[in-house]
Amino acid sequence: MSIEEQHPNAQQQDDPAVEVQSLHKSFGSQTVLDGIDLKVAQGETVSILGQSGTGKSVLLKLIIGLQKPDSGSIQVHGQEVTGLSSRPLNEIRKKIGFLFQQAALYDSMTVEENVAFPLRRHSKMPERERKERVRELLASVGMEKSTNKLPAEISGGMQKRVGLARALALDPDILLFDEPTAGLDPITSAEIDDLIRRLQKERNMASIVVTHDLRGAKTVSDRLAVMHDGQILIEGTFADLQNSRDEFVRQFLGGC
Amino acid sequence: MAHWIFTLAIAAVTSGDLSTALQPSLPRPKNVLVSFFEWFGDLGIFMGRLISAMFVPPYEGREFLHQFDELGAKSLPLVALAGAATGVVVTLSTHDSLVRFGAKSFLPAVVVFSILKESGPIITALVVSGRAAAGIGAELGAMKVTEQIDAMEVSAVNPYRFLVATRVMACILMLPLLTLAADFCGIVMGWVANTLSEPISLRLFIFDGFKNVAFSDFLPSTLKTMVFGLIIGVISCFQGMRATGGTQGVERAATSAVVVASLFVILADVLLVRLIIQFFP
Repeated sequence: MSIEEQHPNAQQQDDPAVEVQSLHKSFGSQTVLDGIDLKVAQGETVSILGQSGTGKSVLLKLIIGLQKPDSGSIQVHGQEVTGLSSRPLNEIRKKIGFLFQQAALYDSMTVEENVAFPLRRHSKMPERERKERVRELLASVGMEKSTNKLPAEISGGMQKRVGLARALALDPDILLFDEPTAGLDPITSAEIDDLIRRLQKERNMASIVVTHDLRGAKTVSDRLAVMHDGQILIEGTFADLQNSRDEFVRQFLGGC
Repeated sequence: MAHWIFTLAIAAVTSGDLSTALQPSLPRPKNVLVSFFEWFGDLGIFMGRLISAMFVPPYEGREFLHQFDELGAKSLPLVALAGAATGVVVTLSTHDSLVRFGAKSFLPAVVVFSILKESGPIITALVVSGRAAAGIGAELGAMKVTEQIDAMEVSAVNPYRFLVATRVMACILMLPLLTLAADFCGIVMGWVANTLSEPISLRLFIFDGFKNVAFSDFLPSTLKTMVFGLIIGVISCFQGMRATGGTQGVERAATSAVVVASLFVILADVLLVRLIIQFFP
């Protein structure tokens, strides 16, 4: 079965939401990304798998402009991101949601204020409308009952949900997930994966999921890419990965 | 001796921990020097970002007011107490000397001049650098290591505008106000300490004390605390924003914020006192 047959959204491949070409990044003498090429279409979800410390998170941070690449190109909806000054970069960032590994909720703000934060900065909607929107967002991730709690008062899984609601606040076209299920128990991980899948279907977003959780990646993704030594070893469906003869890929997939 | 002072200064700005400078196994001079200059280079870049965030709209009025309350209003009791204690100490310590020289009647003037011109401003700055710089260093450091500052950036909000500029502005504007509170408490408690041993009316104490005070005695020394506020705000935010490495990084950020801010406040005071004498003789 071809990718297009499996996932109709993948047909939009010719107009990529994110396109990365020959991306290189080093920290001192350590090369983290050594020529990465990746294309993600609107509505498609690509998971990037690999061992810890292989530069998966760095790739996401380069796409959102938190770090600058040494060389290579990153295009978001056809617009080059590398070398942009802060103002145009911020315009692009408004179209991208980012879920951090530890959720990175603002400690001093309640759950509601965390989700309202991007809205308060970037939309001129009246207070009442904003509250309504925050309630909707929190309801979509099943957190509508904890609006007045501080991040320290909720569990790790709940923090991820709130982080996801905050990432969705500005109605992004693209979502970047940095280890969405890291540190969570298998049941909560499965819940988060289902939530990600459901939201993607509802909103037709392009998503890049960086993870080392193979089961979760299989659930949420249209395509998977395995990263090793700063390069993408293989890219394709889960079946393609299973058929790979590459020793590292076979080792990585283990019993799956 | 000069070598030791130099080493202490370098260790203070590079690690923020003076004990490092006193350890027998000193880092190699080249590395220390490199990190010393790197620190100033990073501070320059930080200042550039801060200035562009501070003067270009939109302004974060709400967050500024919050910080003004958080850093200013909540430092007030501490500053008032420190000012009061200073007033008592200045009175007690000068009383005997003045009696010995037969100049007891100058006591109110000595207390008022001492507090207005130096003790009030420097005590306020040191108390604030202890309280606010530690708070800011730890808060921003924790936000940095838990990726909250990155989260702010990906939300297309400039953390230099939202977090740094508001705190630095709050520090600059609150220091002179807090100094007034310290001055007031110091003078009143100076009178109390005086009147306990030799009763004198508050009115007479104030009259004698302020008889020869001109605005040029009071204004420059009070307004110089804005520079102290700038130093405290900038150094503490800078140390917080460059924190790395988990809870240890936060601890280092908080410690170095206090140590470096206090050290720079004292060094700046030397320069400012000289300038004030030069321009307001």
